[in-house]
Amino acid sequence: MMTERSIDSREMAPAAVATTRPMYWSVRREIWENRSLYIALLSVAGVYLAAFVFSLIWFPTRMREFWMPHSMSEMPMLAPADRRISLAMPYTHGAMLMMLIAFIVGFFYALDALHGERKDRSVLFWKSLPVSDLTTVLAKASIPVVVLPVLVFSISVVLQQVMRLLSLMSLAVHGESAATLWNGLPFFEMDLVLLYAVITLALWHAPIYCWLLLVSSWARRATFLWAVLPPLALAAVENHAIHTAHLGSMLRDRLFGFGTAAFDLTDKNGVAIDPHFIPLEQIAPGRFLSSPGLWMGLIFAAVCLAAAVQMRRNRGPI
Amino acid sequence: MMTATQPITGQTIIEARGLRKAFGETVALDGVNLRVGEGRILGLIGPNGAGKSTALNAILGLTEYEGELRVLGRDPWTARAQLMRDVCFIADVAVLPRWIRVSQALDYVAGVHPRFDRGKAEGFLAKTNIRRNSKVRELSKGMAAQLHLALVMAIDAKLLVLDEPTLGLDILYRKQFYDSLLNDYFDRSRTIIVTTHQVEEVQNVLTDLMFIDRGRIVLDCSMEELEARYVEVTVRPEHLTAARAFRPMHERQVLGRSILLFDLARGGVADQRVAEQKLDRQQLAALGEVRTPGIADLFVAMLGEKLAAASAEGAAR
Repeated sequence: MMTERSIDSREMAPAAVATTRPMYWSVRREIWENRSLYIALLSVAGVYLAAFVFSLIWFPTRMREFWMPHSMSEMPMLAPADRRISLAMPYTHGAMLMMLIAFIVGFFYALDALHGERKDRSVLFWKSLPVSDLTTVLAKASIPVVVLPVLVFSISVVLQQVMRLLSLMSLAVHGESAATLWNGLPFFEMDLVLLYAVITLALWHAPIYCWLLLVSSWARRATFLWAVLPPLALAAVENHAIHTAHLGSMLRDRLFGFGTAAFDLTDKNGVAIDPHFIPLEQIAPGRFLSSPGLWMGLIFAAVCLAAAVQMRRNRGPI
Repeated sequence: MMTATQPITGQTIIEARGLRKAFGETVALDGVNLRVGEGRILGLIGPNGAGKSTALNAILGLTEYEGELRVLGRDPWTARAQLMRDVCFIADVAVLPRWIRVSQALDYVAGVHPRFDRGKAEGFLAKTNIRRNSKVRELSKGMAAQLHLALVMAIDAKLLVLDEPTLGLDILYRKQFYDSLLNDYFDRSRTIIVTTHQVEEVQNVLTDLMFIDRGRIVLDCSMEELEARYVEVTVRPEHLTAARAFRPMHERQVLGRSILLFDLARGGVADQRVAEQKLDRQQLAALGEVRTPGIADLFVAMLGEKLAAASAEGAAR
């Protein structure tokens, strides 16, 4: 709690101060306001699960090939590594889908976070309470960088367990004897890799979200255009004027390059890894943490946040 | 500019010296000096664009300014978050976020504000028709204002700033608003600043009055001083010439009768030889019916002609 030069005689109850947690409540209020954050993830997870169930129940063999390229009867004939990849595929697709949805939701959340409150004038209410601009901006940044990744990981793990259970039941019902194969899938290892992926992706994309927050704190309207067009225009100018593509490749790398930054995508023999099943030994935290791209991105993110705090301080309702 | 010594009873809540704020070429505050003491209810009255909101924004730490300003001993611009533990404000009727539920608003304010008394807020809400699970967007404008007031009144603040708190509310809610404020909230250790265009409503609420025009304070006095200093006389026709000789600030016609407004500190016989002679209440009582002017009439008398002149000047350009 901030120390305060008390200039009044009325004492505040110490208990009241202890229970006052501006950061915690600021994050909570963001989730209250933006229920789409979890509704979107949960409903997509629900639809995905429904499709999976459909594939198991209604079209036992045909549709299963949509989720797994090989039918169950072919499974034992595959090499163990390929078998794992086939089995892991629906789970990995589920997790990837959660990440994609979280990116879309986080993108639009950040774009609106500091713009919406100015537009509906509620910023005047928020500013009438003892919550600093720094706390507010950090709370808003924590939604795409912390809260959504936590949601992605938890929902993916729950989804995975439900799918696993349903698969085992389906196999039992159809009397197929491949149940042991399902148990052969290293779920704990997959979850560790997923956790690593979710954390590194959040760090890798943090500068994108912080840039969007800055645009949202500053633009009076058309936040999407302000967020997207200037970087694209600069990249285009670079392309045409000096015939290089540094900015363009940087942007592409920031959006899609997280996999190569965080994982070793070739095994020790130089063979490419199938991204549907990445073994734990292929994660590359050392390389990721020592890559200049990560730190330049995080510095950029910090600069954007600092600027957004100043903007929040200065800008009134629109 | 008139200067009046305001009786400062307790501690100084707000002190400004040479407060200035310009937006490009437009000067919103032009060297404002003001001092507000504890336990006062100050009405800040001025035409649109006079600088009222800018002054309040400076006091609330919402805008940067030049000059010196201390609110409860703090610089509002650099210490807004800390200041807001002791200062509350209602900026407008419609600033509560529309998506928030009443219960969430209570939870949130209780969570972030060390001086919020949730029980008190619940008590105020119990007297209204506001349901706990309603969203603000489902409330009428008047109910949203009641909710905001309930939240604010449950905060043990030293300074409450109200910027057009009743704009667009119907007359019942407006009356209720000021009644609750006076009966359930105000005590001598709190200070309230209010800006409004509905000046007649606050006449009996205020202890102090300030007129602001084009970034400058043109009147700063307590209501007692206002009563002692300004007199409105409905002059009987036969005394009209005599009354005009006392140099009224303003003259207007109502239903064929002349109403003259006098500043006892300035009025007096136009005759140079007796200019020193002060005008007094008895002299005026002989001319017709005497009473204390309404804030609106005083406002028109002090600023009306200037405003008319300014708009004529603007039109001529």
